[in-house]
Amino acid sequence: MGNDTSYTDQKFEQVGRRVRRPDGVDKVTGRAKYGADAYAPGQLVGLILRSPHAHARIKKIDISKAEKLPGVKAVVTCEDLPDLTGGNRGMMDILENCMARGRALYDGHAVAAVAAVDKTIAKQALKLIKVTYEKLPHVTDVDEAMEADAPVVQDFVFTSGVEPKPTKPSNVSGISQFGHGDVDAGFAEADVIVEKSYKTEQTHQGYIEPHACLANMSSDGSGELWVTTQGHFVFRNVCSTLLGIDIAKLKVTASEIGGGFGGKTHVWMEPVALVLSRKANRPVKLVMTRDEVFKASGPTCSTSIDVKIGAKKDGTITAASASLRYQNGAFPANWGMIGAMTAYACYDLKNVKTVGYDVLVNRPKVAAYRAPSAPMAAFGVESTMDLMAGKLGMDPVEFRIKNAAKEGTRASYGPVYGPIGIGPTLEAVKKHPHMRAKLKKNQGRGMACGFWFNFGGQTCTDLNIGIDGTVSLTVGTIDVGGSRASLSLIAAEELGIDYEQVKASVADTASLGHNDMTEGSRGTFSSGMATIFAARNAVEVMKGRAAKMWDIPVEDVVWENGGAKATGKAHSNLPPLTLKEIAAKSPQTGGPIAGHNETVADNAGVSFASHICDVEVDPETGSTRVIRYTVIQDAGKAIHPDYVEGQFQGGAAQGIGWALNEEYIYGKDGTLQNPGFLDYRIPVCSDLPFIDTEILEIPNPNHPYGVRGVGETSIVPPLAAIGNAVSNAVGVRLNHIPMSPPRILKALDEQAGG
Amino acid sequence: MKISLSPTLQAAANGEESISIVAATIGQLLSKLEAQYPNMSQHLEAGIAVAIDGQIYRDDWGKEIPTDAEIYLLPRIQGG
Amino acid sequence: MSSVLVSTTINGDPIEFACPPEETLLDSLRDRVGLTGVKEGCGTGDCGSCSVTLDGRLMCSCLVLSAEVEGRQVGTVEGMVENGQLHPLQESFIDNAALQCGICTPGFLIAANALLERNPSPTEKEIRYALAGNLCRCTGYDKIVRAVQVASKEMRKKSKKTKKK
Repeated sequence: MGNDTSYTDQKFEQVGRRVRRPDGVDKVTGRAKYGADAYAPGQLVGLILRSPHAHARIKKIDISKAEKLPGVKAVVTCEDLPDLTGGNRGMMDILENCMARGRALYDGHAVAAVAAVDKTIAKQALKLIKVTYEKLPHVTDVDEAMEADAPVVQDFVFTSGVEPKPTKPSNVSGISQFGHGDVDAGFAEADVIVEKSYKTEQTHQGYIEPHACLANMSSDGSGELWVTTQGHFVFRNVCSTLLGIDIAKLKVTASEIGGGFGGKTHVWMEPVALVLSRKANRPVKLVMTRDEVFKASGPTCSTSIDVKIGAKKDGTITAASASLRYQNGAFPANWGMIGAMTAYACYDLKNVKTVGYDVLVNRPKVAAYRAPSAPMAAFGVESTMDLMAGKLGMDPVEFRIKNAAKEGTRASYGPVYGPIGIGPTLEAVKKHPHMRAKLKKNQGRGMACGFWFNFGGQTCTDLNIGIDGTVSLTVGTIDVGGSRASLSLIAAEELGIDYEQVKASVADTASLGHNDMTEGSRGTFSSGMATIFAARNAVEVMKGRAAKMWDIPVEDVVWENGGAKATGKAHSNLPPLTLKEIAAKSPQTGGPIAGHNETVADNAGVSFASHICDVEVDPETGSTRVIRYTVIQDAGKAIHPDYVEGQFQGGAAQGIGWALNEEYIYGKDGTLQNPGFLDYRIPVCSDLPFIDTEILEIPNPNHPYGVRGVGETSIVPPLAAIGNAVSNAVGVRLNHIPMSPPRILKALDEQAGG
Repeated sequence: MKISLSPTLQAAANGEESISIVAATIGQLLSKLEAQYPNMSQHLEAGIAVAIDGQIYRDDWGKEIPTDAEIYLLPRIQGG
Repeated sequence: MSSVLVSTTINGDPIEFACPPEETLLDSLRDRVGLTGVKEGCGTGDCGSCSVTLDGRLMCSCLVLSAEVEGRQVGTVEGMVENGQLHPLQESFIDNAALQCGICTPGFLIAANALLERNPSPTEKEIRYALAGNLCRCTGYDKIVRAVQVASKEMRKKSKKTKKK
């Protein structure tokens, strides 16, 4: 590639400033356009009919009456979405999740869709579609789904990772093992062993903007899609494959995104909108209701986890193991495997073994949710770490410091760590004034650590310099939390100009090369890297132009303080040329000035955080309030500190909601009982305190500025931090998330009774 | 050189914890891996990440592998 | 079913539109009047993204029928800019990074403005309870509360100045 990605300790002029974001005014005035905010001439309203059953054979779908209703322009079922996947099971799963094929696999699974001239007619048309179901046995609990007599969710799934190969289909799609050493020998060495089982309920990302798109297929086979997504290039590729459209002929434009947190990395309904548009030969707008978002766009896994840790009296852990069972909804995935990889990543363990089980149930297809799979595993491990510290009579922070992973530690998921930040976050916890603040009655303090992998990935960035010296920065990673501001700072830094001279925007798929999703905390890491190299590329061009303007060899030109400077005594009479002066003469010196970079920004480096939390439990009601919260995390280098803090605070708040309130509640009939924000309660403003943050900056050796992804890790520690705080407040250890008032009350009653 | 395998991948390599492959780049490593161990193809399809001295690479076939590096293969994962 | 004709005032402008009698103010504002700054997050009055004012009172527009706004005053985020100047709350939200994805921002601005009109110097607790009907999933509310605190200070300073004049 030729571009050196290694960290250099450069002094920054722009990076680190808390500038105003370029999309700020649009977003505070209502001008910003989100998924549901696009309109096309002649557009139709799309609606989807969904299964009311948890598991049912679809015997017949009669669309004839709906089709005849005046104003209805298209009705589609799986017949209109033929299998073009060429045997690719992963693609087939996406297609089948978009529209059921013979079987409804969960409450809310799409079975048909309509497009009509207005909402009233579209609603009437849905009512006229007659679906004949034959109900089948269902299972929604992860442990029940693993039992031998459980109803089989998908008959093509055979457990992988076991020998000999199974001959019967199973709800366990995979078993994966990680670790090293000999845990049996390690437990034999231990003075104290703690074993405990945990459960966490299913939660939703809860982005405020429902899924929405506007699809417009032309009769010539080309099409356009406007959509709220974390990765429009990936959506383009998936929709093209599923519908048989040439990639170059489907232009996908990403709207502003109203939150995603992983939930908008998956294709849920866009192929349906495109196929409705193709059939109707008109643009179709398809917007999910909140009820549909909960029922049919992926939440995270519910889990059941066993943890066992053994330690010597001096606090050295001799062995650690965990069995992690994750339900993935009705389609195979490997979220349990990821849980097994992350569970013990914070610690330096001689003997460790984790086994992840991936399990199918009749629930919606599970999606990524911010550091997917890690929070549940951390809840089990970090709760047990506190129990162990208690048994050993050690301070929980000291106990963790004693066992923390460091450079050279073999990670529990396999490789050996380079320089990492878990130790420094723990030291920062120890020093933090929060740890010494006084607590009142029924209040308790807890802390916990968290780990997440960060990703890089395919990235493509363009930088064009206008004739007035202003800079258009064109990126292909979706801006989920302020990255356009951060990337503009980076471009300004490289070019040596002011932030205000740069305007960043996200290109559509026809205007830039492929970019992977904004996932794995990669937005600022990878597009930042591509921006640096694109800018350096443009600087080289400008040095050449300056050499032409001066008529001197380009070797005698350097770039300094936002301009070209001629070096050497022969040119000492030449005053520097600013970027603006070079840009102004560009038509005469070779045409437009641009810099580009295409890269795989690999090797993103791992991320660690430690959180401190104070809670107050009302013993009368079981209601728990977080009264103080502190996030300490390594950011490598904070490009825009406001938005780094924002990621820390937002992740912590989501973790607090998960820990205390949020859960999918299924009835005995396998249907979701609380698909709305009234009964699925995410934290509101009056539930939370200010969330304090401390940004540590331990440079990432594999990024020129030392940047690490910061988006996800902050959701990992809260579940356990709050569990530990509740335990310290009222003396009961909750092993079931969320720690809702009824569960806390029950635990308190049992404690009083027992 | 020695290539360590995540337990999840070991079954596809006849249960070995580590195998021996000589490769100058990640691309070479992965193609030789599939040639020597055909059962690896399912894992390669799902995605294999290569850790070189603890740094995880997912896509970069051109990445050169230093001869004295610790190489560890593990499943590729997704983020949010 | 035949449509109803609605004559109303939106952000100070006289507006007329026809819609089905069961249509919500939210849908009419977005699909007929073109005010897409009013967002739909739930359609059931739980998230506050569609907050507007009706005769100065804070409302979820998804819980109001368009037919009900006949002859009344509707205020949306699009009406907060005066003489080309951002409202101090809008300035403060940008300056204090009180938005990430921004989908909830119009609703928060309307709700915060309704609070400050009623109570120009709210405490942190009063701010938190006044905004408890608006959901934000990105920020943890920290920077939103701070932005409202800063804006209320700015607005008090400004109104003192105008009083002196």
